[in-house]
Amino acid sequence: MQKPVERHTIAVLVDNEAGVLARVVGLFSGRGYNIESLTVAEVDHAAHTSRVTIVTSGTPEVIEQIEAQLRRLVPVHRVVNWTLEKPGIERELALVKVAGTGEKRVEALRIADTFRARPIDTTHTSFVFEITGSPAKIDNFVDLMRPLGLADVSRTGVAAISRGPEAM
Amino acid sequence: MAAFRGGDAPFCLGEAMDKDTNELMTLGTMAEEMSGAEMVIRALKDQGVTHIFGYPGGAVLPIYDALFQSEGIVHVLVRHEQGAVHAAEGYARSTGKPGVVLVTSGPGATNAVTGIADALMDSIPLVVLTGQVATHLIGNDAFQECDTVGITRPCTKHNWLVKDVNDLARVLHEAFQIASTGRPGPVVVDIPKDVQFRQGRYVGPASVRHRTYRPKTEPDLAGIVKALDMMERAKKPLLYTGGGIVNAGPEASRLLRELAALTGFPVTSTLMGLGAFPASSPQWLGLCGMHGTYEANKAMHDCDLMVCLGARFDDRVTGAVDKFSPGSKKIHLDIDPSQINKNIRVDLPIIADAAKALKEMVHFWKSQRRKRALLGDWWAEIEGWRAKDSLAFRNCDTLIKPQHAVDRLFALTRGRDVYVTTEVGQHQMWAAQRFRFEEPNRWMTSGGLGTMGYGLPAALGVQIAHPDALVIDIAGEASVQMTMQEMSTAVQYGLPVKIFILNNRYMGMVRQWQQLLHGGRYSHSYSEALPDFVKLADAFGCVGLRAETPAELDAKIVEMIEVPRPVLFDCRVDPDENCYPMIPSGAAHDQMILSDAEDTAPVSEAGKILV
Ligand SMILES: Cc1ncc(C[n+]2csc(CCOP(=O)(O)OP(=O)(O)O)c2C)c(N)n1
Ligand SMILES: [Mg+2]
Repeated sequence: MQKPVERHTIAVLVDNEAGVLARVVGLFSGRGYNIESLTVAEVDHAAHTSRVTIVTSGTPEVIEQIEAQLRRLVPVHRVVNWTLEKPGIERELALVKVAGTGEKRVEALRIADTFRARPIDTTHTSFVFEITGSPAKIDNFVDLMRPLGLADVSRTGVAAISRGPEAM
Repeated sequence: MAAFRGGDAPFCLGEAMDKDTNELMTLGTMAEEMSGAEMVIRALKDQGVTHIFGYPGGAVLPIYDALFQSEGIVHVLVRHEQGAVHAAEGYARSTGKPGVVLVTSGPGATNAVTGIADALMDSIPLVVLTGQVATHLIGNDAFQECDTVGITRPCTKHNWLVKDVNDLARVLHEAFQIASTGRPGPVVVDIPKDVQFRQGRYVGPASVRHRTYRPKTEPDLAGIVKALDMMERAKKPLLYTGGGIVNAGPEASRLLRELAALTGFPVTSTLMGLGAFPASSPQWLGLCGMHGTYEANKAMHDCDLMVCLGARFDDRVTGAVDKFSPGSKKIHLDIDPSQINKNIRVDLPIIADAAKALKEMVHFWKSQRRKRALLGDWWAEIEGWRAKDSLAFRNCDTLIKPQHAVDRLFALTRGRDVYVTTEVGQHQMWAAQRFRFEEPNRWMTSGGLGTMGYGLPAALGVQIAHPDALVIDIAGEASVQMTMQEMSTAVQYGLPVKIFILNNRYMGMVRQWQQLLHGGRYSHSYSEALPDFVKLADAFGCVGLRAETPAELDAKIVEMIEVPRPVLFDCRVDPDENCYPMIPSGAAHDQMILSDAEDTAPVSEAGKILV
């Protein structure tokens, strides 16, 4: 009877008050929901609002509960499910450090170029690449760097927005 | 706001105003300068608060000082902060007004947590004010510091740490609004000591409009009409009601009665909803769920339309969700959208305040000249189940049966203005099954959290709100010891509560589960030592009574009722009695155990892991 687990990207517009992120995160841990990635920053300084973008997974019932529980939080203005309600665009940024010399170093630079990843720090023995794209593209890139001397990865988590003229 | 009954201060009068206009328009006067502590007292008064329950300490001394210097608010000094919160719950549940609690930082706040969690589970409006160490000490592991907002975040509807005295008045008014509107619940306002001393600007309730909080209370009329279509066509309908009806105010109970009269539908209720529909009505099937009546649970299982009004398909009600009411369409009225499809998928959700939705249902039923479905066959089936008399028990003339004690208590309190609270355990279920309520707000019990120790302090809160009423805590000897010290509070304030202890020497409900699920291995559920409750009453300065035989029971109960003082009543009952009917964990509604004779029915392995 168990329905399949789906991946959803949910945006939450919140009042930027103390503890608001703890409320969102505590809701997920307290009710046993997954967080695959979480991105948060103030988006409107004057209006004091922040946008939290959460990538989560669950059965359709769980996703429905996640949205409803998020809407219950007092400082929440809006909740939008980019996977269900509106066709959204998702992007993530990653900084990827690759250390090595010789053939591997050349190969790393070549692959980075095909992924449009830019070297933003270079030494004789290392690169730091900046790459943006879908989480899957970044996964892919990181996997390719692994045998070439992958040393460190820092990812921002997903930022999402709808297509077309309308705002969230 | 609809559900707000906590005073006469209107909310949401206008758009949020900027600081300058705000200063000019606050309650038509200039904003006043005062200390944070004075603001607390002033805000309570402006919110119509007349009673608060609390316990002092270093971090709330300025507020206690302001309280000392003001008039018009009665402070009830408890003996433990948990007691303050349960008392406030009893006050709130019996009046419909928010309960207010004042405690100190650190241990004061942590002691209050059980009560706060209890209020969240049962949707009780509470405003809990906690002291906090001074702002410059926060995070330093200061004396009596704890992260109160962190600890209470998951067990409040909302909470605040107020770091700026100029935010304090606004936050306090928002706190009352959030606690008492929408789905009610507890809120915590944590106030550092320096903020209590600092001078700042007080604003009145009228100028406060929350930035994001807008509970939906008005029903969608298309949904109402669709619900009536389904109700008109149903052949085996059932009204399944809950605490939401009580929370929506007496008008919701009145409208429920009207709807039931118009439709002729049978009515059952959750533990939290008892009293919303009169137990004397022939349409009343009794409590539903784990210890509900045979007829209520069979009707839930076999109905073709379940109209859930202000209940939440809790696991105590549904039993095994995959076997729950398999053949019915379900309508779910709730003020909290997150309750829809949470445990059970429903066919028609209605998000609204119960009183408003019921009003429209009654209105459209009449104006659209809806016809009462022919329910003769359904009622015949129900009467067949009712004839089983599932609450029957074998009485005894040497030992007091706990069921008999509740029956006598009920009979001997007729004609009086009675409020009942309970602790948690078998006695609670016997009270729920057998004490028959005719009105809402008369029954205070810890449903969602199941907090032993709730009933005694809750009774104090009820008695404070209803000084002339007969307030009885139907208690268990184990539970009542958890908050027993509040008898001292009862004596201090002359609150003549009646603590009626069904003393079976066991944690009876635990013993019953051990009998049914764990092969009769009664691991630590028997109290080898118990206090002499009569002597204890004496020590507290209240009245102690004991009944040991059925023959003396009535006279002792009458004595308890008539003595105008707090009473601890040690009612010695049969230690081995079990509470039936019972739907064992993991079973469906048509697999009820009705008596000890049947208790060999094995509990499934899957059922054993459930609570
Ligand atoms: C604070 C707390 N601790 C433990 C429990 C688990 N529990 C539920 S009922 C019960 C026994 C209650 O015994 P008593 O008050 O004597 O009531 P009885 O069942 O005997 O009527 C216990 C321990 C609880 N509900 N609350
Ligand atoms: Mg007991």
